Amino acid sequence: MIDFSLSTEQLDLRAGLTALFADHSTPARVRAAEPLGFDPALWAVLTDFGFPHLAGSRDGAPAGLAELVVAAQAAGACLASVPLVETLVATRLLDRLGRTGTDLVTFAPRPAIGGIARTVPWAAVADRVIAWDEGRLVVSGPGHDVTTPKQTLAGLALGHVDLTGATPLADGPDAPELFDEALADWRVLTAAGLVGIGTAGLHLGVEYAKTRHQFGQPIGAFQALAHQLADAATLVDGAELLVLEAAWAADTGSARRLGLAAMACTFAGRAARRATDRSLHAHGGYGYTLEYDIQLYFRRAKALGLLSDAAGGDGAATEAVVALALADTDEGRP
Amino acid sequence: MDFEPSEAQLRFRTEIRQFLAELPPATSAAVHDSGTLHSWSVHRAMAERGWLKAAWPVEQGGQGRDPFEMATLNEEFARAGIPVEGWLISELVAKTLQIVGTEQQRREVIPAILGGETLMCLGYSEPDSGSDVAAARTRATRDGDGWVIDGQKMFTTMAHEASHVFLLARTDPDVPKHRGLTMFLVPLDAPGVEVRPVHTLGGERTNATFYERVRVPDSARVGEVDGGWDVMMVALAFERQPAAAGHLLHLVDRAVAWARTPDASGRAPIERPEVRACLARACTDLEVSRLMGYRMTWLTSRDVLPHTQGSLAKLFSSEALMRAASSFMDVAGADGLLAGHGTEAPADGWIEHEFRHSVVTTIYAGTSEIQRGIIAERHLGLPRAQPRRANA
Repeated sequence: MIDFSLSTEQLDLRAGLTALFADHSTPARVRAAEPLGFDPALWAVLTDFGFPHLAGSRDGAPAGLAELVVAAQAAGACLASVPLVETLVATRLLDRLGRTGTDLVTFAPRPAIGGIARTVPWAAVADRVIAWDEGRLVVSGPGHDVTTPKQTLAGLALGHVDLTGATPLADGPDAPELFDEALADWRVLTAAGLVGIGTAGLHLGVEYAKTRHQFGQPIGAFQALAHQLADAATLVDGAELLVLEAAWAADTGSARRLGLAAMACTFAGRAARRATDRSLHAHGGYGYTLEYDIQLYFRRAKALGLLSDAAGGDGAATEAVVALALADTDEGRP
Repeated sequence: MDFEPSEAQLRFRTEIRQFLAELPPATSAAVHDSGTLHSWSVHRAMAERGWLKAAWPVEQGGQGRDPFEMATLNEEFARAGIPVEGWLISELVAKTLQIVGTEQQRREVIPAILGGETLMCLGYSEPDSGSDVAAARTRATRDGDGWVIDGQKMFTTMAHEASHVFLLARTDPDVPKHRGLTMFLVPLDAPGVEVRPVHTLGGERTNATFYERVRVPDSARVGEVDGGWDVMMVALAFERQPAAAGHLLHLVDRAVAWARTPDASGRAPIERPEVRACLARACTDLEVSRLMGYRMTWLTSRDVLPHTQGSLAKLFSSEALMRAASSFMDVAGADGLLAGHGTEAPADGWIEHEFRHSVVTTIYAGTSEIQRGIIAERHLGLPRAQPRRANA
């Protein structure tokens, strides 16, 4: 029976993490973590909380994606400068292989080219990197060769990783499926983060439009502005529903899970970019200044949107969605 | 959190698919080509199965089906391209009468609607009032025990098939516009009623209806005198499930089939990257449209009126339908210019058809601008838009 209500676990996690991030991921902390974009103190708080191992079976029954998306969304809403999504993906992947990691393991959503995994989120601070390299799932590090770009749009501790000397995690016939499942996890969790960014970013513009007066009235009363914010809110709302469905599909082992993950990620990337773009515009000239917070959201949405588009390789998301479309049609729409 | 259809939904779906599979193959094309998006033979066959009153309680002769089963009924008919607008409009009038109608109206009108004998149509819009529906100028004046109606309605779709029009009329011109309206159920065969066809870009026939000294008894009044706006609010709540999501489902299924079939060049369109990108976008928008629709159904099943959720669903799915139809035309290229069902047109003409038809879905039942206004105010909490005063 279709039911959109969140479970007690989901609601408790949301409440707990929203409070945690409000204390430990303030706009001042987000700014202080730049340009690298990593906040070690916040990461320590989250590891105390149980991240990322609550996604694995080391400490008991693992949390499902339905709970993890709630965490990723709360983190996105406060622009948490931590490798939450990627370490959760790595934990789930290692768990499927019967392994656990105690160090900081990140995941490269974009396949390596010529033995180099480029623009890998959190590679600059991770001990190890899991990557897809020419038909093999490999793990690199510690002590591997990572180049950290001098400047980036929005932190995320990006790094280019030389996979020479990386150890195979899987190179048999099961390897592509392991990567696809991990990629789908990354897409769903990144989409959840983008929903958080889109929602909170849009909220800034809406609150500004309620209080800023021009021509004798709040600018939010002008339809030219209000309707753009309404359109953006509609996209963010749709993205949130897709994320919940994709998480449910993953947890229940639905055959639609990979396609839904690609849909959620693409759609949320589009929604968050539009929401933060329109919200920044609603701020007028102040949105262009660094002292207002909307620019933080604007940059982060674009950065994660671009990583989403590149995940799995060029055109990979389109292929995953088309595969689902064909299966849905063949099966008479399940 | 659960996204699995219920057992009851799946059972009902099998039954509906069986019914649709047994219809003559050209039914969908024929109904659309006729211009009247209503098939009496399908309607009566639905009545025979009790589906017109499927949502009504068993003790009132219905089937007691839950909102999810009803959503499945809508979705499966939409997927098969069989329009059921005539039924949906009639049913919303029946549901409204059930809540605000008199004992006599409930006894006489509802069974005829649910038995498949009569159709209703809506008389809200006028030549000078569309989105500002409360500005209606069609007058109803007291005349002894009854009323006399004078005026004109626009977009009275299905008036040439319906027995009654659910008509919003002005009964008091001297009070604020929302407070001087009354609702009537006017027989379309009453002397003084004239129905003139209006043909549309989408091929659908709608009507302009004229009312000249039309006499109706007071028993034709629905709800209180000057209480028409309250009746409208009840009726509008039943009109919220957006039809565009169903049209998008039909279009995507047809477009996928087209894309997989080799064209004149011997290549299937789906081999082209721009076609794959277009399909991916449309399928994603379809998934979102369906989820927004299911959320409305879920709220209804919990006795919550979906309000802003209805506006979000209506805005998104209608805009997505227009975008999808237009993009499929673009990727079909010059062959997209070919039209008609049962011809050489791509997707049996459905892409070209939906390109023309989809535009109305962003207009009727609350334009996209009306929906954005509701979302801005009630979902985002933005201040209400004020008309600019002169010299302000």
